[in-house]
Amino acid sequence: MTVEAVVPQAQTEVDVAALRARVEQLEAQLAELAERVPDDRVTIVVFSGELDRLLAAFIIATGALALGQEVSMFFTFWGLNAIRKQRSFEGKSLMEKMLDLMTASPAAPAGMGLSRMNFFGVGASLMKRMMREKNVETLDDLIALAEELGATMYSCAMSQHVMGISQEELRDSAEEAGVAGFLSDALKSRVTLFI
Amino acid sequence: MSAPTFDQELDVRGLNCPMPLVKARQTIMKMEPGQVLKVVATDRGSVKDFQGWVKTAKNVELVAQEEVQQDGQPIFVHYVKRTS
Repeated sequence: MTVEAVVPQAQTEVDVAALRARVEQLEAQLAELAERVPDDRVTIVVFSGELDRLLAAFIIATGALALGQEVSMFFTFWGLNAIRKQRSFEGKSLMEKMLDLMTASPAAPAGMGLSRMNFFGVGASLMKRMMREKNVETLDDLIALAEELGATMYSCAMSQHVMGISQEELRDSAEEAGVAGFLSDALKSRVTLFI
Repeated sequence: MSAPTFDQELDVRGLNCPMPLVKARQTIMKMEPGQVLKVVATDRGSVKDFQGWVKTAKNVELVAQEEVQQDGQPIFVHYVKRTS
């Protein structure tokens, strides 16, 4: 082997080592970036307890699930009523019982009102009738559908505590969570809504 | 243009948003990759919904979309192929 042939080879070896280090560095950066790219997830904070707002929340949730997205729903304050399966006065304070009586939910026969033009429930009844005539899914159906399609439902532990709502009163699939639980999903979501 | 061939048909006439999409996805997920689902809808929004679906989901493709008249009513027909 001549000297001329050895020198370029030595240079190549140096380049390979440098390249390997560079590739490793890029791989590490890529892994870090991949960690930061959102999941195919939609997160919805359900704060409201009115029929129209809840319909919007559940139509978006079921639509997102149909698009193949993961869906996380956080129910807090009046939104908790959307996932109540029963009403129980057991062990509740007078204030908590009164709150229960004054809020509607699928578990409460009075039903939910509209956010506008409710007129003590007349508006909601008319809206429901119009929706039935136009063959729109009912809120109860949409809630069950979202659950069936695999929406993750979290209930806000703090508002449950304040309002005296036990986990037994909520749908079986609902898990208690806090603000960090919500944020950890929201930070990995492509879309986050507050309804 | 001749109508595309399809393997299964889904009738969602009379159903509203988001049901045509939800039912179409439920049906196509039970079909084999490569098969085509024909969806017949009356919901005008389903045209954009199906376009959005194939744009977002990685396993479906829109073969064709057409609007036909049936008893003086517009009917929206979507042909969706499951790709994987």
